[in-house]
Amino acid sequence: MGNNKLKQTPSQTVGPYFSYGLTPEQGGYDFKSITSPILVKKDTLGEHIILQGHIYDGNGDIIPDAMIEIYQADHQGKYISKEIPPSDDVFTGFGRCDCETNSNFCFKTIKPGSIGDGHAPHINMVIFMRGLLSHAYSRVYFSDEMDANHNDNVLNNVPSDRRATLIAKRTENENGDIIYQFDLNMQGINETVFFDV
Amino acid sequence: MSHNERDWSVHPPYIYPEYKSTILRGPKKPLIAIEHSLSELTIPAFGHGQMQEFDNDLTINGRATNGQMVGEPLGERIQVSGRILDEYGRPQVGILVEIWQANAAGRYIHKSDQHHAPIDPNFFGGGRCVSDENGRYSFMSIKPGAYPWGNHHNAWRPNHIHFSLFGMSFASRLVTQMYFPGDPLLALDPIYNATNDQAARTSLIAKFSEEYCIPDLALGYEFDIILRGPMATPMEV
Repeated sequence: MGNNKLKQTPSQTVGPYFSYGLTPEQGGYDFKSITSPILVKKDTLGEHIILQGHIYDGNGDIIPDAMIEIYQADHQGKYISKEIPPSDDVFTGFGRCDCETNSNFCFKTIKPGSIGDGHAPHINMVIFMRGLLSHAYSRVYFSDEMDANHNDNVLNNVPSDRRATLIAKRTENENGDIIYQFDLNMQGINETVFFDV
Repeated sequence: MSHNERDWSVHPPYIYPEYKSTILRGPKKPLIAIEHSLSELTIPAFGHGQMQEFDNDLTINGRATNGQMVGEPLGERIQVSGRILDEYGRPQVGILVEIWQANAAGRYIHKSDQHHAPIDPNFFGGGRCVSDENGRYSFMSIKPGAYPWGNHHNAWRPNHIHFSLFGMSFASRLVTQMYFPGDPLLALDPIYNATNDQAARTSLIAKFSEEYCIPDLALGYEFDIILRGPMATPMEV
């Protein structure tokens, strides 16, 4: 085959009206969602966290009509692969959030373990929105894992003055919930690092 | 296992000024290369078991039920079917395909759509299915109408169906749009035209297919989708 490879189908924007198809329950539509921004049940193993943030455009204005997907390992650093049939008891590590509800994204998940040497704990992220013709990949690292972050192969390949855009800041709210704040800047001097995955 | 690269000769650029929303939303700094690990090469378990009957039949799954009265959606019934392949033509099995579209009048059920065209109480416009052992998927639907948008004077989106697909890895994620043959709006549409490569661009247009027509019921359209996959090993090619 060699040179006769088929060409990949081009990406196109998700547009403004994805919610009833991709995040129907969150958007209040009468259609079952196959995933949600809440990845955990009460007894899911690992440290329960809230991962939240806003997305800003090149003017510094909040982008409300975006969709974020996350994919992560479990608390032991294991990915739940497609072969394992998901049931209500299984932490799949996959979630999807329509930002339109509150003009931000907010996932309830667990902090993942490291997937191996040279890999700091991280959450993979994909960003879709009107005005984004091809989806953007980013990664979320954790502010309380600085030692592991220093030894992460992917972070070390990012120019040092841009690494901070990939670090979610850990805080706690009045209910004792662990919050990781991760704001995305699509453009500007603090433009978030996006990867050519 | 190495993956073929995301082919930026076919995927549209982040900044395409004719599509005005890209100007403030598309990343401007160069993308950073990433060494693939399990983070990129595995795929989430997303709930194949959660498919419901009629999820892939949009002519049924959105019908209003007022007591015993069940209505039919308005418009031209279509069957859209095709194969999901990787770049070497290998069928992609068990792929989650999600679609959403406007109704026959060009109106989305989405709460933010302010277009004056009527809502069809018997059409929702969302559906999903999983590709079979030959990589084939199939939907029954209604041909969506064109609708106006604010990008420029007299801007109308061509008839289209939105597609979202999970390939065999997180790296092969794809969201795209399927268009219809012979649509005069395609030449004027900055979203469609943002793909510079003509062959790749026209691959977004479904083919009319007699094979997929259903007698006395629906017109058929064929739309194959090529996803990124693992590089072929020398044994396979």
